[in-house]
Amino acid sequence: MSSWWRSVEPAPKDPILGVTEAFLADPSPDKVNVGVGAYRDDNGKPVVLECVREAERRIAGNLKMEYLPMGGSVNMVQETLKLAYGENSEFIKDKRIAAVQSLSGTGACRLFADFQKRFRPDSQIYIPVPTWANHHNIWRDAQVPQRSYHYYLPETRGLDFAALMDDVKNAPDGSFFLLHACAHNPTGVDPTEVQWREISYQFKVKGHFAFFDMAYQGFASGDPERDAKSIRIFLNDGHFIGISQSYAKNMGLYGQRVGCLSVLCEDEKQAVAVKSQLQQLARRMYSNPPLHGALIVSTILGDPDLKKLWLKEVKVMADRIIGMRTALRESLEKRGSTLSWRHITDQIGMFCYSGLTPEQVDRLTNEYHIYMTRNGRISMAGVTTGNVGYLANAIHEVTKSA
Amino acid sequence: MTVGVNVSRFEGIAMAPPDPILGVSEAFRADTNEKKLNLGVGAYRTEELQPYVLKVVKKAENLMLERGENKEYLPIEGLAAFNKATAELLLGADNPVMKEGRIATVQGLSGTGSLRLASALIERYFPGAKVLISSPTWGNHKNIFNDARVPWSEYRYYDPKTVGLDFEGMVADIKAAPEGSFILLHGCAHNPTGIDPTPEQWEKIADVIQEKNHIPFFDVAYQGFASGSLDQDAASVRLFAARGMEILVAQSYSKNLGLYAERIGAINVVCSSADAAARVKSQLKRLARPMYSNPPVHGARIVANVVGDPALFGEWKAEMELMAGRIKNVRQKLYDSLMAKDKSGKDWSFILKQIGMFSFTGLNKAQSENMTNKWHVYMTKDGRISLAGLSLAKCEYLADAIIDSYHNVS
Repeated sequence: MSSWWRSVEPAPKDPILGVTEAFLADPSPDKVNVGVGAYRDDNGKPVVLECVREAERRIAGNLKMEYLPMGGSVNMVQETLKLAYGENSEFIKDKRIAAVQSLSGTGACRLFADFQKRFRPDSQIYIPVPTWANHHNIWRDAQVPQRSYHYYLPETRGLDFAALMDDVKNAPDGSFFLLHACAHNPTGVDPTEVQWREISYQFKVKGHFAFFDMAYQGFASGDPERDAKSIRIFLNDGHFIGISQSYAKNMGLYGQRVGCLSVLCEDEKQAVAVKSQLQQLARRMYSNPPLHGALIVSTILGDPDLKKLWLKEVKVMADRIIGMRTALRESLEKRGSTLSWRHITDQIGMFCYSGLTPEQVDRLTNEYHIYMTRNGRISMAGVTTGNVGYLANAIHEVTKSA
Repeated sequence: MTVGVNVSRFEGIAMAPPDPILGVSEAFRADTNEKKLNLGVGAYRTEELQPYVLKVVKKAENLMLERGENKEYLPIEGLAAFNKATAELLLGADNPVMKEGRIATVQGLSGTGSLRLASALIERYFPGAKVLISSPTWGNHKNIFNDARVPWSEYRYYDPKTVGLDFEGMVADIKAAPEGSFILLHGCAHNPTGIDPTPEQWEKIADVIQEKNHIPFFDVAYQGFASGSLDQDAASVRLFAARGMEILVAQSYSKNLGLYAERIGAINVVCSSADAAARVKSQLKRLARPMYSNPPVHGARIVANVVGDPALFGEWKAEMELMAGRIKNVRQKLYDSLMAKDKSGKDWSFILKQIGMFSFTGLNKAQSENMTNKWHVYMTKDGRISLAGLSLAKCEYLADAIIDSYHNVS
């Protein structure tokens, strides 16, 4: 009997998650994984935060497992909104935010994309070049047409601000834009505060909608308030924004899939209506979100001591990354590289857009067993005092003839 | 025209209607009457009408806590130990399908998420193909297919005259469907009716599906929960697999392991070759990535730990028998109460013939509303009651309510 599935081609490997698969399969003792964006300590080991372990002890084995409401854990969502909008945000007090627990950042973006498709069917999404690869998949599977806007300037390994502003001005009035709130993935290049204010102003002039993907709050500078600056600027300027938040990195809850989608509305009534529609979209995808991760988050954020501990631990992670940036740059300069590597320390967050070409990346993998995505993105979280010398050496070797 | 920032982009958005199933619990919570009874959502309750976390689940969680496992991302397809365990539970570890590597299994967000993944696969690789769903079926099935843009139509299933299966109608409608349609079947404990085909009827259903070159698509949300036996409840799926058919199967551990909120399940595709299975699995991953990247780990670990430890597995089977046993007892008591109190001579034995968490009472919308408005009994408007929410102590009250609604309301 012949198969129904003859026409099914093997899917291409996911460019990001496929890197880790290849790394795991490599038997070399020297191998280094600077591919996927998951934090590692200085021994290259995954970390479960102390505050998370304590929260788990408190909730293990004695809780009900009834379905969460479709909108998820109310407690978790409330605490999460405070992080993004501000502890004393008037929008929270006035109940103007439609918010639901989501399947981490991916799930929040997908819910928003589906919501956008359903209620603004003629709209498109402007996506920065480059961006996290899965953004394209998300809006494509939601059937929202995509446009791009300039973001990264290879020549400077920095922000192409002039071209970005041109694209903002030239887009039709009322366009939807995807913005990375902080620690842009994959480049690590963020606008300055002054630049954010100009972007916000131009968005007002054009009546654009800003959708923020904030996957690294706290993780970028070590200070969650500081990392939310871009969002606060837009809120102050009166924009009605949307936000995707994730606890994958900043609470180390990767596999638990916990995050939040929020949409700021004109008033409480509208927020209730929008939330009801978001819930309905979620119902058709997974009915209601998973409980465990949400319980961890609300346990931590709801307890002042645990929350303090969390803030401390986030700063430790961010500081280690900043330290590794300095170490990598100095290592390369010490080896006599004639290229400029200041972008390593200029950029922020988990990733460094090294400027390496795909061919150079392939050499790093094939000759040195160093794994990263072919766009030259290095996950600084995978760099340790133990491997930074080896990494610098390898990068120097493959770039010195460049 | 410049749109100012003082007007929201989403101004015109209307309030979505309450979900017909999950909305029932919300209404129940708001009711202050002390006699109120929640027979809405299908979540198991003890005789004291309390939610029930299985002992094996608590044990597994404590083990996991002691081990201090990390919280790294799972691969897109989920936890390997879970995927292996769930496929073996479904088909049996010795099944040739398993040995030949002909099954593609991807961890999904419980039943809903697994159905959604399967729908997305159908939409992408069988454009225009229809899914046939039973009339009636779980309320969220058609929503899932609608949002996935997969066309669907209904096959006859429930016969209100007998409060049983309209088998001839079912077979006729499946036969009449365009060749190569997907036929959505409930593996056991049909939701909402509780009415399952007999083994002989399953054989005939498989015959006509093979004849018309359709693809069977099973929703298995109650394995172990219906009869109390995991193997018995998987008999329908195994029958089809034994015929060498290619099958889609969505599984859920919400009810049988009480893991409702952890969203743990799987989508399985039984293929005719290991190569096809590998390709299908890769495409399922590609569909999952833009939905949620990778599935949540906690529930998967619980299942893998319970199934992977012989002692825990044995305990689980015993707890499942207890849960299924309580439901059978409650059915009996409800039937006895109805027969004792209803002097009209109506035959209520369909309550005993039905199986699983739900019973289709045969009450219509107005009668169901009377149940709620007059008797504070919360149920869905299609006449479905969840026996999992019924205690022996409340059977007589419920019988009074049903008799009143059936005879005095039209």
